Amino acid sequence: MITTKKNEAVAALGACQTLSELEGVEALWIGKKGEFAALQRSLGAMSPDERRVIGAALQSARGEVESFAASRREELSRIERAKALQADRLDLTEEMGVATPMRRGHLHLVSQTRRALEDVFVGMGFVVAEGPEVETDWYNFEALNMPPAHPARGMWDTFYLELGDPETVLLRTHTSPVQVHLMEARELPIHAVMPGRCFRRDTPDARHLAVFHQIEGLVIDRNITFADLAGTLETFTNAYFGRDVHARLRPSYFPFTEPSAEMEITCTICRGEGCRTCSHTGWIELGGCGMVDPAVFASVGIDLDEWSGFAFGFGIDRCAQMRHTIADMRALVENDVRFLEQF
Amino acid sequence: MRVPLSWLRDYTPVDLPLDELEDVLSDLGLVVDGIEKIGEGLEDVVIARIDEISAIEGADRIRLTKVDAGHGAIEVVCGAKNFALGDLVPLAPVGATLPGGFEIAQRKMKGVTSNGMLCSGRELGIDDNHDGLMILTENPGALPGMKLVDLLGISPDVVFDISVEGNRPDGWSIAGVARDLAARLSLPYTPPKIDPPKPSNVKAENVIGAAVHDRELCPRLVCAGAEGVAVTQSPQWLQRRLTLAGMRPINNIVDVSNYVMLEMGQPTHAYDLDRLGGGAIAVRRAQPGETVVTLDGVTRTLGVAGKGLGDKGVDCVIVDGNDDVVGVAGVMGGTASAVSASTTRILLEVAAFEPLTISATAKRLNLRSEASARFERGVDISQLETVAQRFFTLLGVAPFTGVAVAGAPVPQPIKISVPFRAIERLLGVTLDGETIAALLSPIGFSVATASDHVVVTVPLARVDIRPAPFGVADVIEEIARLYGYSSIERRTPTWAEPGGLNASQILRRQLQDVAVGLGCDEAWTPTLVDDAWHQSIGLGGEAVRVANPLVAEEALLRRSLLPGLLQSAVKNLNRRRSTVRLFEVGTIFSHPSEMAREVTRAGASGEAVVKLPAEHEHLGILFANDGDDARCAVAAWRVIEDALRLDSAQIVANDALPGLHPTRSATIVSADVVLGVVGEIDPDVARLAGWSGGRMGWLDLDIGAVSAASRRNENAREVSRFPSSDIDLAFVLCDKVPAAALAAALGAAGGDLLEALHLFDVHRGGSISEGSRSLAYRLRFVAMDRTLTDEEVGQARARCIDAAAAVGATLR
Repeated sequence: MITTKKNEAVAALGACQTLSELEGVEALWIGKKGEFAALQRSLGAMSPDERRVIGAALQSARGEVESFAASRREELSRIERAKALQADRLDLTEEMGVATPMRRGHLHLVSQTRRALEDVFVGMGFVVAEGPEVETDWYNFEALNMPPAHPARGMWDTFYLELGDPETVLLRTHTSPVQVHLMEARELPIHAVMPGRCFRRDTPDARHLAVFHQIEGLVIDRNITFADLAGTLETFTNAYFGRDVHARLRPSYFPFTEPSAEMEITCTICRGEGCRTCSHTGWIELGGCGMVDPAVFASVGIDLDEWSGFAFGFGIDRCAQMRHTIADMRALVENDVRFLEQF
Repeated sequence: MRVPLSWLRDYTPVDLPLDELEDVLSDLGLVVDGIEKIGEGLEDVVIARIDEISAIEGADRIRLTKVDAGHGAIEVVCGAKNFALGDLVPLAPVGATLPGGFEIAQRKMKGVTSNGMLCSGRELGIDDNHDGLMILTENPGALPGMKLVDLLGISPDVVFDISVEGNRPDGWSIAGVARDLAARLSLPYTPPKIDPPKPSNVKAENVIGAAVHDRELCPRLVCAGAEGVAVTQSPQWLQRRLTLAGMRPINNIVDVSNYVMLEMGQPTHAYDLDRLGGGAIAVRRAQPGETVVTLDGVTRTLGVAGKGLGDKGVDCVIVDGNDDVVGVAGVMGGTASAVSASTTRILLEVAAFEPLTISATAKRLNLRSEASARFERGVDISQLETVAQRFFTLLGVAPFTGVAVAGAPVPQPIKISVPFRAIERLLGVTLDGETIAALLSPIGFSVATASDHVVVTVPLARVDIRPAPFGVADVIEEIARLYGYSSIERRTPTWAEPGGLNASQILRRQLQDVAVGLGCDEAWTPTLVDDAWHQSIGLGGEAVRVANPLVAEEALLRRSLLPGLLQSAVKNLNRRRSTVRLFEVGTIFSHPSEMAREVTRAGASGEAVVKLPAEHEHLGILFANDGDDARCAVAAWRVIEDALRLDSAQIVANDALPGLHPTRSATIVSADVVLGVVGEIDPDVARLAGWSGGRMGWLDLDIGAVSAASRRNENAREVSRFPSSDIDLAFVLCDKVPAAALAAALGAAGGDLLEALHLFDVHRGGSISEGSRSLAYRLRFVAMDRTLTDEEVGQARARCIDAAAAVGATLR
């Protein structure tokens, strides 16, 4: 009897041609008030032995019906989706133009900032160079005077990729590898800025993002000195932030520059008066710079006696944050149109 | 590093206003991250005795007290209840300013006047207790009128939090900071006092042993010792200094060891000599798999390479006379031989270790300590004996006579010849030998001047300074640092080569500008994405994985801009935004097994070859305004096509594009190269992202392919000055044939005379049979040199109708 019921149910389900039809038939057989539920209730009147045997058979039959129903449901949804998609077909070349509301879109604040920075440097005679986001440890570290296990590598928390030997392929932690590519190409002199996306394995907070943008500068020419570095950064600072904003340098350490410096600019909030943002010093840190270390020149084979150079780098997002007083950097990656459309 | 000002003054009489001192330190490259003022605001707080307590009418939370602070009765209102008559408590009188800047003024409350404030520990910034007043009755020597700071022995101090750069091993000590300051400010510098008690009759070499089995890992080891040691608490002043410097006092032995490290930059380690097998220590490389229980109670396995690049599993260990491991050299000692309350004889280890080995071990064991931080930068190998003597000076215990020494002799310092010309070339300033000597000698360099160069002898403490030729730059950095970066005159260089953007940078800007003009907002979506999204949009193949993701949802390099833009758009739509058009210009990555970028340099020394993922810059635009759909995406593509003057791209329907609607999407192809895709988001995919509202158009262009695609030349085309004639033609065309085929046929047939072709009506049903539609085009004819005759237009019309028939279109 159970087998007959099962076969009847399967036949009825199999005959359904639409999902809504299937739903009805499912309710009839395996719903709360369906045939199988009724059979289940009838077990109560049986002896325990009978109940065990018949109950098990009923259970297995019901299971079969349910899985058949599920597969039929899948099949029917596939068919219905195919039908719906067919009915939805559109020849994309039937072009008659579209009506669209008049609204200006907005360049992301980071793009706007990057362009403004690029434009200032282009005006100063720099070309714009770019490089890949995935790098080898050689370009990101060793060619920059940081051999494996060098403690300075710890200054950059690095995302490594599951490619090659462990810790050889990574997401660049700074735009400096582009410098190495440029120097390797050996088309001297070099006057380039290198904007791009960088990655650091750092939990994001109001001031830091794990993915961020940097712009880096490299000048290699004859007779380039620290005085040129300081002058270039002052010219840039005046041009980008305003004539009342100045740059100053203080000693710092980077393995790839010697002498190295931290670049500070007049606080853009208080214009040097002293405020909370600059911890009442009137100055805020922008980035690092220095004269290219002779070991870096050696690793790419540039003649120390003929050429010298400087490099600098700072955060594009950070410039945007300072210029637009963004309290929390994370607003830059939330893609909330209400935020984006302000700029 | 935390540097208390009072401690700094032990070595140099610096006496500048704090902000000036901060500037000088920063200008020396010893950047002040913070200044903490200790005990400030407590000078005015005095001890007062409670003489009367009375209720205030109409107030049940506050009471009136009469207190005596040495000058007669003062009335003060107080909310606390934890005191009794006769108790001694701190009183901040009117006019005092508490730590945190709270000014005490006379106040009227419920009709009575309060002339000051009785304080809790927290209000004074002394402890965290705020349950009631600080009760001082039990403090020995407490008297009304006494200053609180005198009673508690709190002297105001200032602690500088200084971040020391990796190339300043000399800056990792308070004496080192003092010496730098003294040099810049032309002040005298007094090194730490070396005056140990007279050594005992026991000769060190008879009771303690020292050996170095690997001189590369440990160039030099000095062992001193003493007996008759009592392990007790350190004196208050020493405990206070350690606390100010951020270290917890433990016992006199450990405290002095830490004190000397903070003071002189040299970590030391004291062992219980009686718990040290053979009464000796030796330094060797760890055997693979050797273990030791370190002071933090953790069992450390040594000598096994970790996953880090360049980690060869080399660990330097300290063993006792039985060759049992008693500590991880330079990182942390072991428990077995640690100093305890019962210790009476000690062995003091003072050593120099190879910095990179210590760094690799500390990194692999995830065990960075104050000691390892200093060893990683390199210690001053010439001062090991001096440090041992300083240790016993402070401990005040007579050491054994002499020390046991192992390893190599103290090496000769390096000498570097620095030509004046090199300084000029690097800094742009001209300095003579005398000036250079005046700058460098106060920090321990000796300078010999010749006609065109100086020869600089580098102190052994400065392990950061490389030998020539690279070391020349290192010495010049020191010169520049002490000369003052701000004293270097500025010059803005100029050069003949022009600046500018290259073609692909210009193209990127054009694409962004067009997208903005189309009402799209630029988004920045994650490069690191979730596996599930790649799968749910049906992207086959493999993605590049991050080995150490921050969170599992950010473990893959994206292979499409679609998931990020879709999720961002849905977020906005679900906030009931009706205008949502987002675009992004960004990189997507192919697994190198599918498409690779060969790079010849990777791994140690750049000698390995590795295949890197190919990177492709894409433009993705998601059109999710009310009413946007595939048509909108196609229209946007047409604008871009026009902006870039692309002249041969075709839209080819494609029902197998990942994440896209199978019957409303197409590839954009130019000369067999796919430039991108255009169409609509698959409604099922939109639902997965949380959106079941209207349609969303999608356009995705491979910017590299677009930049290489064929373009119309820039030559100006003349326009006709003669009147044009329009004719409208409606055709019935089977749905299987795209309208583009008919348009192409009409275009070809119209030839030079056809100025414009415009589809103005599409309809299905009615008299049109199932599976076909009517397409109505307006054709505009014009000639450059004449007004076309009706006959000419008629001929053109006929040609067009014939051409349409050839693609299966019948004129209605």
